[in-house]
Amino acid sequence: MATTEEIRAELATIVNDVAGVAVEDVQLDKSFTEDLDVDSLSMVEIIYACEDKFGVSIPDEDSKNLRTVGDAVAYIERAQA
Amino acid sequence: MTAPIRTAPTRAGSRIASLGSYLPRRIVTNEEMCTIIESTDEWIQQRTGIKERRWASDDEQVQFMSVQAAGQALERAGLQAADVDCVIVATVSYMVQTPALAPLVAAELGCVDAAAYDVSAACAGFCYALAQADSLVRTGNATNVLVIGVERLSDITDMDDRGTAFLFADGAGAAVVVPSDTPGIGPVVWGSDGHQGQAIHQTEDFRIASPKGVMPTLAMDGKAVFLWATTFIANAARRVLDRSGITPDELDVFIPHQANNRITDSMLRHLKLPSHVVVARMIQRIGNTSAASVPLAMDDVLASGEATSGQTALIIGFGAGLVYAGQVVTLP
Repeated sequence: MATTEEIRAELATIVNDVAGVAVEDVQLDKSFTEDLDVDSLSMVEIIYACEDKFGVSIPDEDSKNLRTVGDAVAYIERAQA
Repeated sequence: MTAPIRTAPTRAGSRIASLGSYLPRRIVTNEEMCTIIESTDEWIQQRTGIKERRWASDDEQVQFMSVQAAGQALERAGLQAADVDCVIVATVSYMVQTPALAPLVAAELGCVDAAAYDVSAACAGFCYALAQADSLVRTGNATNVLVIGVERLSDITDMDDRGTAFLFADGAGAAVVVPSDTPGIGPVVWGSDGHQGQAIHQTEDFRIASPKGVMPTLAMDGKAVFLWATTFIANAARRVLDRSGITPDELDVFIPHQANNRITDSMLRHLKLPSHVVVARMIQRIGNTSAASVPLAMDDVLASGEATSGQTALIIGFGAGLVYAGQVVTLP
């Protein structure tokens, strides 16, 4: 099972690929919209890529609650457990 | 009794001989758009890439725009209207059930006894119609086919909908398809997912809207369409290449339906096309023109010199239905 840091690092490459954000900026305390300037269209892609990469399902009603990188990482960890 | 039926001589292939375009004269900038809806130029550009779009005036109805675009294509092909034996019009904004728009366009152009019918496949309409034109020519069922994609989406756009008012626009694009010794139009990859029929839809049946004295409009679940386009359709584009036996290295131009520049960006990420491939981004100047979008963008990359005659292009349309169709073509 992946560690928190491993998930964060993978998520960082996804966010970098989709929205051009530097991987080192994708830290647990960062808000997608406020800090990383990632809009809702990019979030659609990021969520989809996470489902694909981590083998988890992230339904719409859950994805809209993933405000920070930490929220997303924690969700993926729980889903993988 | 069962009798042998003779079939027409078949042909090795068909090709696009020429293209024609018509853009409405009225340019609506984001600045003007933002006096109609609450938005900003920056937001619209960031979300879609659109800087300005064209809205048709009263004298620019779908028949008029079709005839202009088709007339230009015919002239460039060196053909007379009388040489055309089939006219196919792809549109979702011709507001009369019958007669179809195609026979009216054929008559106005001067075609004589040409087969004529409309195709309703939304933003995939042109590619659907082009696939049909290719099949008709190759089976010998037609010889010179006019394929037109035309829309007046501004008639069915909800100006109070902040999610779509800035998106939809008007225009017409046409192609003349003729027989060819070598295939200039590849096999189509197409399909549908009617379970997502509500993703882009007309808000009301005309029978309900009409007594109320209102026009129904186009409603769209932007996120659902974005997800479908950037995943399933990106995959479909890859299948188009495979089916035509074209490798990414052999591809010169990528012309996706100009739905949203962000969709194009995302498709490129998924497809990982080589950097030499020219990508159509006409949406920046004309908005989302549904069935007209692919032929307009195809003509545009040639007119600008970004692409040249004889190059290999992947075209793909996708939209309300949800439906999609794509093929590889040799640019005229």
